[in-house]
Formats: sequence, structure tokens, C-alpha cells
Amino acid sequence: MQLLANYQNIFTRVQVNTPHLDMGVPVDRGEFERFGGPVKSYWVGKFGNAQFGPIYFGTLGMMATIFFSIGFVIIGLNMLASVHWNPIQFIRQLPWLALEPPPPSQGLKLIPPLNQGGWWNIAGFFITLSVILWWVRMYRRARALGMGTHVPWAFASAIWLFLVLGLIRPVLMGSWSEAVPFGIFPHLDWTTAFSIRYGNLYYNPFHCLSIVFLYGSTLLFAMHGATILAVTRYGGDREIEQIVDRGTASERAALFWRWTMGFNATMESVHRWAWWFAVLTPLTGGIGILLTGTVVDNWYLWGIKHGLVAHYPDVHGGVLDPSLAPGAKP
Amino acid sequence: MKLAVPVIGAIAVLFTGWMMAKAGWTIPPVETKQVGYRGTGAFVIHDKDQEKKTMAANVAPAPPYEPDPNGPRAKEAHPGLQVLGDLSEDQLNRLMASIAEWVAPEEGCTYCHNAENMADYSKYQIQVARRMLQMTRTINADWKQHVGQTGVTCYTCHRGNPAPKQVWFKEIGPTPTDTGWVGWRNGQNVVAKNADGSSLPYDALSEYLLGDRPIRVHTLTALPSGNKAGIMDTEHTYALMTHMSQSLNVGCVFCHSSRAFNAWDESPPQRVTAFYGIRMARALNKDYMEPLTKTFPANRLGVTGDVAKVGCATCHQGVNKPLYGANMLKDYLAELGGKTQ
Repeated sequence: MQLLANYQNIFTRVQVNTPHLDMGVPVDRGEFERFGGPVKSYWVGKFGNAQFGPIYFGTLGMMATIFFSIGFVIIGLNMLASVHWNPIQFIRQLPWLALEPPPPSQGLKLIPPLNQGGWWNIAGFFITLSVILWWVRMYRRARALGMGTHVPWAFASAIWLFLVLGLIRPVLMGSWSEAVPFGIFPHLDWTTAFSIRYGNLYYNPFHCLSIVFLYGSTLLFAMHGATILAVTRYGGDREIEQIVDRGTASERAALFWRWTMGFNATMESVHRWAWWFAVLTPLTGGIGILLTGTVVDNWYLWGIKHGLVAHYPDVHGGVLDPSLAPGAKP
Repeated sequence: MKLAVPVIGAIAVLFTGWMMAKAGWTIPPVETKQVGYRGTGAFVIHDKDQEKKTMAANVAPAPPYEPDPNGPRAKEAHPGLQVLGDLSEDQLNRLMASIAEWVAPEEGCTYCHNAENMADYSKYQIQVARRMLQMTRTINADWKQHVGQTGVTCYTCHRGNPAPKQVWFKEIGPTPTDTGWVGWRNGQNVVAKNADGSSLPYDALSEYLLGDRPIRVHTLTALPSGNKAGIMDTEHTYALMTHMSQSLNVGCVFCHSSRAFNAWDESPPQRVTAFYGIRMARALNKDYMEPLTKTFPANRLGVTGDVAKVGCATCHQGVNKPLYGANMLKDYLAELGGKTQ
């Protein structure tokens, strides 16, 4: 496939397309064949390669998909049952519905009664299994193509946060009830309640780090994307070649950042910056979650102890806890 | 494939647009009032147009006239009076007229009274009214920490309705699912009308404004020290707080410092008033409302057969001071101010 075209706009007019659809290299003996297409789509070409498919699922991909589907269906059916199998209420209230983890009374029981969170454990088990199998698949596909394993390790960072939230921390806390429900609004309620219960996650230094890396990732992404688009007219879109063979595109991009902020990444190092920022977001976030409730129980008070909390003047004139008044009930 | 992507895209755009349009926005212009130290985000925000409507809907009626406190006591002519016997005849008559206006403007006196015999106490309405008068006096005498000198009258809750509109009943959700083998909701995860339409626990009011489930979930030490309250306890507290926020049409920072919800020394003084408000609602539901369960006919009860109960919205009705702080009680001090029983 030979392509000589320039990307010159934010919204490109170039379609990455070939006269012959690309089936890819032959798969090893004894493995699943690729399936689904390939088909060409003008609209898919607006966003990326105009060719869609074929997809390689393999044994691992198949298993991951089946296990994920089992978990997904368990969640969906529980949501549907929670509005008494009413399809209209299921659609109307979908963002409200959830599959809840077991209540505190069930502690860490491996399989609590089905209607006391047991379904949550089962769904969680299948989804966790699916995610891990998908990771192995990613790793093996990267190896099969002779690539480095950067993508699976980045995915592993996200899995780490997922496991901390749903498995590791609940186990350390001794209760599944500390885990996140499967549901749209309910998982947001969980997030708020988590921060409130443990004295404001804002004062958790690993939460701070995670935010730095998250916002930093978006900033780096914008800076890098913009820089490359801005120098494609000089061949800057051929980043890989430019890593080892710096051309005028690299020089201009480097000079631009040196002039504007005194420092520049290189065609190669900017990808390390972006990779580490992205990977460190869930990695540090997971550490922050893991420490909450296990090691630190009130991050605000921890922040006071360690000089993190800003002092504000008391504009309300010293309010006292009324439950400390004689005869009061908390 | 050629059509699938644009069709899916169009559906996604339409669905997003529909969600955006139906999201219940506070539409500008808004009024922003600073209620804490600068830079801490302590603002109370009101939709100006909505606020105009709320103000028009929360006007206290003026008393019809000033009664003569002198003359023979009402109990001499009406030996059946248990609560209002110490009023003068004129005061009693005016109070009765006011109550008719406040509570049953359409039905009038006969909503409670038997037109043929005003001293007949057999209607359930008059039995409830007697308890409600005692309740009003208890609030005004014993709960000054919440109602201050402003106090309450029947109108504070009733607003011209025989049954106050903003009461609450025990909520059990669409259909109980605790008994089957699938669909357990854990008392939440459907639209909770008493928690501002959120997905928080829908029956938190029963737990806190009738029962006395502990509200506080925080640990008062930086490191773990045995506090067993978990995230689910926090969600229940959160639901109660959301009810308060919804009832008063204020955000969290009206009563709390958002960086440390539990810290009293950083809280605005309104939080102390709210503290007593929770205890007041709980006491009223326990002492006055629940014992009336059997007095009410079935159509006045909730789906589980429970009596209507007092929440924050019952008096506040979307205003942080009911009726914008209008002091109706000052004209009814003898009738509703003190305790007799």
C-alpha cells in the first residue's frame, strides 16, 4: 500500500484507502480465522482507515467476549428486574438503575444470596475474567505482530484501577459493600459518597497526582496532535522516520516549543511523555483509592496534619456542634 | 455499512440533543449570593424567573382583624374545648375563621365541624385538628432553636389545603424486589422523589425523620480508629441532605463548608438551625403524626398504610425561610404561641 498525500487540515479531506482490501498477514495454523469484512466505508474513512475489518478474535477474544456478555446480561437483567420487568421504566430510568454490591451485612462472603448482591459478585467475576483475558489477547496480538508491549501495559494500568475499586480495596476493607455498583448514576453516587465518607479525596496526594496526570494527558495530547498537524506540510506526519532522521518538520516543531516555553520534547520522547502521563493517571489514582479507608480514614484531617489545608478566616463567628450541648442527640 | 455509520451517528446526536433539552436546567439569568469566605465557592444560586414565581406563591395572609382578648374564657361556653379553652370568645372565633381560611377555604367550618352540632367531635378532621393545634403550640414553645421567634401557624404547612401538599410517606419503590431472587435495589437506584429525583436511597426520610439512624459518617481522626460507617451509610445520609437541599432550594454550602462537610467550626450557622430542624421533624412525626395513623381514613394514608409525615419541604416549600420569614405568629401568640397541654 503506497500512499502519497498530505494531511493539511484539522478535518482531513484525505481518505486512507486502497484499491485492494487488505486481509493482513496469514494467521498461524490452528488459530481462528479473521472474520467480518473487510468492507470499505466512506464514513469510516472520515475518522480513520476506510477499511473496516476483518477482526481477529481468536480463542482469547471469543472467551473474553462471552464472559463479558454474561456479566453484561446479568447486570441488564437485574436492572430490568429492579423495575419489575417493565421495559418502558427500564428505558426511562436506565441511568438510575444498577446492580448493587452486597450490603455490609454480607461482609466478604464469596457468594452472598443472589438477591443480596450475589449477582454483583457473579457479574463482577465474569467481567474481571473477561478483562484479564482481553489483556492477554492484547499482549499476544502485540507479540504476534512483532510489536513492543506498550499498549497492553498501558491497558494493565487501567485494569489496576478497576481491580482496586472492585476487588483489592473491598477485600482489604473486609466488605464487598465498599465496591462500586454497576450503574450510571449509582456509580457517581458512590464516587461522591466515597469522597465524603473519607473526608474529601481532594486532600489525598495520590488523587492530586492522578489529576495532574489526567489533565496533563489531555494537555500533552492537544500539544502533540496540534504540533504534528501543524508540521505535516513539511512531512512531520511521518513521525517515525523523523525520530531517527530529523527533517525540517522536526526542527520547526522543536523550535516552536523552545521559543514558546523554552523546552521541547523530541519526536521520540513526546510519545514517552504521553504514554507515562496516561499510564500514571490510573496507576496513581489506584494507589489513592487503595489507601483510602485502609490507611487513611479522613483525608481532610490528614491534610491538616501535613500542612496541605489552606487556612481561611472564620467568617461565621465560630459555630459549635449542637450535639455537644447538654441533652442533645447526635 | 454505507448507511449504518451516518444512521447511528444521527441517532446519537438526536438522543444527546433530547437529553440536553430535558435535563432540567437552571436557565439564566441567575442570582448568585456569596455566603462564605471569598474563593471557597460558597454561593447560593437562584434562577431569577423561578424565584419570582416562588415569591408569589409564598405570601403570608394577613389576619382578618385584631380580636378582643378580654371577656369570659371560651371554655365556659364550650366545655368540650381541650386546647383552646383559655382564649377569649373573640380570639376563638377569629382563630376558627383563620383556620378555615388556612386549611379548608373551600369546605369552610364544616370540613371539621358537624354543621348541626359544632361541639360534636366525631369527625376525624376535628380530632386531627386538635392534635395539630397542640403540635403547633409545641413547635412554637419547644423548638425555638429551629423556628426562632417567627414560629409557625397552620398556614406554614397547609397553604389553603386540607392536607399539606409537601408531606412524605414511606417509599417502597416501584414494586418490592427484596423477596425474589433477582433485581435487588438495595433501597435505591430508581428515581427517588424525596431525594430530588436522584438515584440515592429513596426511603431515607423514614430512617432519619422517623427513626434515628445516625447521620454522621465521618471519622474524626486522620487515620482509621474504628469507625464502622461505610459508603452505603454515606449514601443514606446523602439522600437526607439532598432532601434538605431540595426542600430549601439551596446547595450544600448553605450549611456546610464543602471541603470538610463534617467540620462544625467551618460551617455557616444555618447548619445549627438545620440540626434542630431534623430533630424537630423526627419528634413531630413520632409524637404527633404516627399516633394519628388510625384516626385518618385509608385514602389519607400512604401505600404502606402509613400516615403523612413532616419533612423539611412541608414548611419550607422551596424557600430557605418558610414564607420568606414572614412572622404570622405575632398576630396569634395567645392562640398558637404557648403550650397548654
